Amino acid sequence: MKYLGIPLEKPKVAFFGFTGCEGCQLQIANKEETLADLLGAVEVMSFRLISSDKDDGYDIAFVEGSITTEGEVERLKKIRAQAKILVAIGACACLGGVNNLRSRFPLDETIQEVYGNHVIESGPVRKLSEVVTVDYELPGCPISKAEFEWLVRHVIVGVIPQLPQYPVCVECKQRIKTCVFDMGIMCMGPVTRAGCNAICPSNHMGCWGCRGAVDEANFESFIEILRERGFAEREIAERANFFNAFSGVDVIPQLEG
Amino acid sequence: MLYKTISKDNFRKMLEGLMENNEVMGPRWRDRDAQGNKIYRFLKLNNFDELELDYTRTYSSPKNFFLPFKENLATYKLGDSDWEQDIHYTIHPRVIVGMRACDINALRKLDEVMLKSVYPNPYYSARRENTIIIGLDHEPLEDCFCRSMGADVALRGFDLFLTDIGDKYFVAIGSDTGYRILNQYDAQDVTEDDQLEFKRAKQEIESKFKTQVDVTIVPELMDLEFESEVWEKWGDKCLSCGSCAMVCPTCYCYGTEEEVDLTFTHATKSRCLYSCNLLDFAMVAGGHNFRPDSHIRLKYRYYHQFRGFVEAFNQSLCVGCNRCGVACLAGINPKDVIDDLITTEKL
Ligand code: SF4
Ligand code: SF4
Ligand code: SF4
Ligand code: SF4
Ligand code: SF4
Repeated sequence: MKYLGIPLEKPKVAFFGFTGCEGCQLQIANKEETLADLLGAVEVMSFRLISSDKDDGYDIAFVEGSITTEGEVERLKKIRAQAKILVAIGACACLGGVNNLRSRFPLDETIQEVYGNHVIESGPVRKLSEVVTVDYELPGCPISKAEFEWLVRHVIVGVIPQLPQYPVCVECKQRIKTCVFDMGIMCMGPVTRAGCNAICPSNHMGCWGCRGAVDEANFESFIEILRERGFAEREIAERANFFNAFSGVDVIPQLEG
Repeated sequence: MLYKTISKDNFRKMLEGLMENNEVMGPRWRDRDAQGNKIYRFLKLNNFDELELDYTRTYSSPKNFFLPFKENLATYKLGDSDWEQDIHYTIHPRVIVGMRACDINALRKLDEVMLKSVYPNPYYSARRENTIIIGLDHEPLEDCFCRSMGADVALRGFDLFLTDIGDKYFVAIGSDTGYRILNQYDAQDVTEDDQLEFKRAKQEIESKFKTQVDVTIVPELMDLEFESEVWEKWGDKCLSCGSCAMVCPTCYCYGTEEEVDLTFTHATKSRCLYSCNLLDFAMVAGGHNFRPDSHIRLKYRYYHQFRGFVEAFNQSLCVGCNRCGVACLAGINPKDVIDDLITTEKL
């Protein structure tokens, strides 16, 4: 593999899944048009969805899912120790994701509700960066295939991948879509990092923030705008907390069980 | 300028004729707002009936037909020590019908930058030259302030410009192409009655302007009020979302990007429109941000629109369509911001 005559090294990559739906890994495996090119650019050491071969000699670890058990903590730390670059992929790994909703209710009640009397081990829901150092994050629920390949290309040529520093609104407006606020629908687009091509607002659904907060989002003004437009606290809390994208932002109303 | 009239029936035939060989774009309705009102957009027309000539406003301006939000500038085939570059900027002729005077004037301002500068933009130029523009007068909306900006009348920059005078249109002919097209559809000479009707229609339009923005001293005011707290007041509300610049018919800032494919044998260079309100607009290599504060970025957007452009081209960049004000969730709009500056100056 060469780039303008300069030989490139094929990085050895491995994929790992924690608490999540495997949807992000599926996104990567599913992209048939470019899957062959991808497999030509990297050496896949471990990817359950493509093959069952396992090898621990990897450079880049793509990690999906949030961390919910002590066993997972240990496994993640091992991956971190091995990987030169650790990339969190998807809302669960980057933010805690939908799984985090569970942390907002008493743990025993939620286990009882889902598993009955079956005993399972489950702790607080954590994003990867709460457990280990994460080098890059590829947010989204699920991740964008194009962005995944974009990151791979950057890592191969040794350029730091920089996610968009502007909110979803830019992409929404560039697609010349109707702002869902005009249709009476709430949207987290103004405070959420772009990169998904505004897929939800483009389809008349407001954004739920699955790509996480955009840098220096103006939450004070945004929440005030939501209230002025008549959205109820509960409604705001449900949307803003869905992916745990804005945790720690004190002006955002919290979900109460 | 030459004037003619065309009956509405013949106008329909004219557009249907144009549709046979060209892409024709015009206002169509796409969605309804929460109150049930139609939301319009400039889109390709498949037939005449899709065209909504009595549209109120399009939330986004038609500038994207000339400056696309994202466009491919060049593709490259990479070799070992060099590359082959492939550039296309030819486009098929096309027609935009129903453009307002403000939007046509906006194009003329973009022409100053894109066509008349030291480095003209060939992509823009190709689109501009191959687009037939058929403008249309309309009754101003509550918040249109194009009149204050001197952009309510289009005298150039179009091929044909129509004013509704009942069962026909009064047509201003702005180009040879316009003349040739119109004459294929039984255009008539202007009669005295037509002239009266035209004057009446124009007066009617003029009497309907409600919003005025006093821009006479705005360029000076911008200097005097550089440190004004007005900027912080509005800046605190600003979400730095860039919506204002995206929908604006005259904002033209962009960024370029080069991308290599996964086989490292092909690359593309593309251009994406950007906005000075966005956080990293003035970020430079090494990470320093010259405009880290949102109120400063907001201020500079107004500076470019109402002062910077005046210095360079003797006219404001803003044409007074208020699309930025409509798009802004925080309610930031030129009328209120400028009124605030004027009031502060008087205090
Ligand atoms: S729909 Fe959402 S993302 Fe789109 S412009 Fe409106 S607020 Fe922004
Ligand atoms: S619009 Fe929002 S919720 Fe939808 S994919 Fe994009 S970031 Fe995620
Ligand atoms: S106002 Fe801002 S975004 Fe618009 S053209 Fe000027 S600098 Fe660019
Ligand atoms: S600055 Fe606002 S009012 Fe002026 S031309 Fe742009 S969108 Fe229209
Ligand atoms: S002025 Fe309004 S539309 Fe423009 S960036 Fe600020 S919040 Fe967004």
